[in-house]
Amino acid sequence: MTNPWWIIGGVLFVLLNAAAGLIWLERRMLALWQDRYGPNRAGPFGILIVLADTLKLFFKEDWIPPFADKVVFVFAPAVVAASVLMSFVIVPFAPGIVVSDMNIGILFFLAMSSLGVYSIVLGGWASNNKYALLGAMRGASQMISYEVFMGLALMGVVVMSGSFNLSVIVEAQKNVWFIFPQLIGFVIFLIAGIAETHRLPFDIPEAESELVAGFHSEYSGMKFGMFFIGEYLGITLISAMVVVLYFGGWLGPSFLPPVIWFVIKTFAFIMLFILLRASMPRPRYDQLMEYGWKVLFPLSLLNLMVTAAIKLWLSTH
Amino acid sequence: MPESIAAELSSRFGEDTVKAQVTRDETPTFRTPQEKIVAILQYLKNEIKMPYRMLYDLTAIDERAYKREQNGHKPYDFTLVYTLFSFDRNEFLRLKVGLYGDFPSSDTITHLWPAANWYEREVFDMFGIRFNGHPLLKRILMPPTWEGHPLRKEHPARATEMGPFKLFDEKVDREQSALLFSPEEWGLKRHSDDADYMFLNIGPQHPGTHGVLRIILQLEGENIVDAVPDIGFHHRGAEKMAERQSWHTYIPYTDRIDYLGGVNNNLAYLLAVEKLGGIDVPLRAQVIRVMLCELFRIASHVVWYGTFAQDLGQLSPVFYMFTDRERIFEIIEAICGGRMHPNWFRIGGVAQDLPKGWDTLVKNFVQYFPAKLREYDKMVMQNYLFKARTKGIGIYTLEEAIEWGVTGPGLRACGLEWDMRKKRPYGGYENFAFEVPVADNGDCYDRAVVRVEEMRQSLRIIQQCLEYMPEGDFKSHHPLATPPVKQNTMQDIETLIHHFLNVSWGPVIPAGEAMSCTEATKGWNSYYLVSDGNTAAYRTRIRTPSFPHMQMIPLISRGYTVADLLSILGGMDYVLADIDR
Repeated sequence: MTNPWWIIGGVLFVLLNAAAGLIWLERRMLALWQDRYGPNRAGPFGILIVLADTLKLFFKEDWIPPFADKVVFVFAPAVVAASVLMSFVIVPFAPGIVVSDMNIGILFFLAMSSLGVYSIVLGGWASNNKYALLGAMRGASQMISYEVFMGLALMGVVVMSGSFNLSVIVEAQKNVWFIFPQLIGFVIFLIAGIAETHRLPFDIPEAESELVAGFHSEYSGMKFGMFFIGEYLGITLISAMVVVLYFGGWLGPSFLPPVIWFVIKTFAFIMLFILLRASMPRPRYDQLMEYGWKVLFPLSLLNLMVTAAIKLWLSTH
Repeated sequence: MPESIAAELSSRFGEDTVKAQVTRDETPTFRTPQEKIVAILQYLKNEIKMPYRMLYDLTAIDERAYKREQNGHKPYDFTLVYTLFSFDRNEFLRLKVGLYGDFPSSDTITHLWPAANWYEREVFDMFGIRFNGHPLLKRILMPPTWEGHPLRKEHPARATEMGPFKLFDEKVDREQSALLFSPEEWGLKRHSDDADYMFLNIGPQHPGTHGVLRIILQLEGENIVDAVPDIGFHHRGAEKMAERQSWHTYIPYTDRIDYLGGVNNNLAYLLAVEKLGGIDVPLRAQVIRVMLCELFRIASHVVWYGTFAQDLGQLSPVFYMFTDRERIFEIIEAICGGRMHPNWFRIGGVAQDLPKGWDTLVKNFVQYFPAKLREYDKMVMQNYLFKARTKGIGIYTLEEAIEWGVTGPGLRACGLEWDMRKKRPYGGYENFAFEVPVADNGDCYDRAVVRVEEMRQSLRIIQQCLEYMPEGDFKSHHPLATPPVKQNTMQDIETLIHHFLNVSWGPVIPAGEAMSCTEATKGWNSYYLVSDGNTAAYRTRIRTPSFPHMQMIPLISRGYTVADLLSILGGMDYVLADIDR
C-alpha cells in the first residue's frame, strides 16, 4: 500500500489546481458559447489568467467592513472550502486511490455538504448588510430543502448496492451503471447538486441582478477567493459524486487506466454545469422551493419506495 | 371639433371660461381661469362625452421674460400647461392657466389623475410653483439641498454665471445629512402591527437598475410592501440648455435624451421646430428619416431584449443581441458617421444624402435579422423559466395604463391597438404598410411579446424604405432649413448671406408654440416648443415616455417579491436619461 500522505497530497494538489483551472475553463467556454473571446491574453489561450487572478486576489486589500462581525466574517469563507475539501476524502478516484475508504462514505458526504450551508448563512449574517442577509436567507432555505431530496435520491443507490461505502458502490456497477435503474434518482441528485453548489439556474443566493452579489457582497481579496474556489470545488465534487454513484466511477474499457476514465466522466459533468450557466435563466426563489417540495420531494420518495420494493421482491424470489 | 369643445365648456362653465389660443400645431389650446381649472379637468376626464382620459403632460412656462404680445392676453408671470389626450377623439387638448406672482401656487389635480403627482413635483422643483393639496410636494429631479428653481428665467444656466464653487464644512455636513435615509420623509411606515419593515435601497448603483436609479423598497421578508422610486441622478437640465442653444445646435442634445433611441429623438424635436417654422420636408428626406428611426427602434429593442433576459439570470442572449446591434450600428455609422448619437437630422431634412452602397448594407441586415429573431424566440420567449418569471408579473389593466399615462408597447400589451405612427401619422409614416402588434394580459411577458413583434414590423418598414427610396432632395429649400443647401452659395449673394446667418447665429424661428408627438421606442415622445421669435427656444418641454412609466413602479410592484421587481423593471424598458432629461 502506498503512503496515504502521498494520496492526500496528490488529491489536494489535483483538486486545487483543477478548481483554479476551472475558472479559466469556464470563462473560455462561456465566451465560446457567447460569441466572444474570453481571457486570451496571458499565456497560451489565456491560461495564465488563473495565475494573474490568484495573484490579484492575494494582493488585494484584505478588508473587513467596520460594521461586520469580525470573527464570524473571517470564519465563514474557511468553512466552505474546508467542508468541500473534506468531502473529497471519501471519493474513490480509482481502485486504491482514495483518502479514506470509509464504510459510511455517503453519510459523511451528506454531513459535509450540510456543513457548507453554514458558510453562506454565517457569511451573510456577519456581513451585516441587507443584500447579504437576503442572500443568506435564500441560501439557507434553498440548501436545507435540497439537502433532503439529495439524501433521499441517494438512498436508491444505497438500496441497490447494499452499502454506504463508495468503493463498494462503484464495484456494484460492474454489470450495469446505476444511471439505468436509478434514472429518476440521478436526475433528482443532479438537480439537488446544482442547487447545493448554488450555480445558475439555482444561484439564487447570489442573484447578481437582484442582490448585487448576495451573501458575499462584502467580501473581497482572498476571502472572496475562498468562496470562489469553494464554488468550483463544489462543482467538481458534485460531478465526481454523480460519476461515482451513477456512472460507474472509474469503470470503463481497459484501454485507458481507471483514473483517466474517472477524470473524463467527471470533466463531462463539469462541462454540463458550465453549459447550464450559459443557457438558463434563474427561477424565482419561491418557484424553486415549490418545485423542490412539490415535485422533487414526492418523486424521490417514490423512487426510493419502488427501488426498495423491487429489491425486496428480487431477494425473496 | 375645437369649436365644439370650446362651446361645450362655455355652456357648462359660463362664457369667457375658455379663450381659444392660436398655436402653430393642430392641438386645440385654451386659456382658463385658475379657479376653474380643476373643475374643468374633472369634467373633461369624467363627464364629457368621449372623455379625455389621459393626462399626457403637465408643465409650466416662466412668462416673465416673454417680450411679445401673446394671443392678446395680459402678460402672466407663469403659465401652467395641461395636455390631455382622448383616445375616443384621437385628439390632444391643451389647457393653460395663467398665474401671477413670483412664487405662485395652484390647486393639485392628483386626486383626478394619480399621474399628476410627479408632474406637479417636477413643476414645483423647476419653477417653484406650489400645488395646494399635493400629498408629497418635494423636489424630484434636483437634489434636496439645491437652491433655486432651475427653469426660472433668473436661474443661471451655466457655471460661469454662478460664481466660484466653494465647499465649506457646513455645506459638506448639510449635503451629508441630506443623504441620510428616513422612511417618514417618503411617506413610509417603519413598523406594521406585528413586525418591523426592512428598507432596502436598490441603487443608485445597482446592477439591476440599468443606470442611476434608486428605488427604496419597504420589505416584509422578500415581499414588497411599498416601493418608492427616487429619480433625478441623471438630470442634465436638457430643457434649460435648450433656452441657450440655437434651434440648430440643440439637435445633438436631443440624441442624449433617450440614448438608445438615437434619431427618434431628433425627429420628435424637429417635427415641432418644423411646425413652428412651417417647413415641409422633401419626400426623400422623410423616407431616410423613417428608415433610420426604424433601425434605431430595432437597436433599442434589441438592447432591451438582451438586458431583460440578463435581469432574469440568462447570461448569453445579451451577447448575441449586442452583436446584432453592432450590425445595425455598422449601417448607422456608414450613413451618419456616428453610432449611438448620430445627430443626423436637420431642420428641414437630414444632414447629407445617403452614401453609395447604403442599400446593400440595409438589404443584408433585413435578410439576416429575421432568422436571428426566430432563434431568440426559442432561446428567450419560449423558455419555460423565462415564462415562469414574467407571466402574471407586474400586471396593470388598460384603465390603469391610461390613468397613469402609459404609452407605447406597455399600452399595447394591455390590448389597445394604438400606435401614433398609425393613428396620428407624422413624418411620412402614413406611406408605409405595417401592423401594430398587441397583447392582452398587460404583464411583463406580454410587453415582451409586443416589442419582439414590433421588431419584425420595423423590418417591414425598412424593407419598404429600401424598395421605394424616392429620388430628390435630402433637405428642404425653405429659408429656415439649417444649414441651408449650399450648392448655390458661390453664385448667389442672397443664398450666401442666408447660409452665413443660419450657420453663425442660427435660424430665427417665428414666434408661437407647437408640440410634436412621436411613437418613440419606449412610448410617446413630445417636444413642446415655445418660440418668442428668436434664435433659441423660449421654452422647451420634453415629454418622455419613461417618466410616467417609472412613476407606476409602486403600483405594479406591490405584493410581488424583490426578484419580480427585476422582471418589472426589465419589462418596462426605460432609460434613465429619458426619465430625468
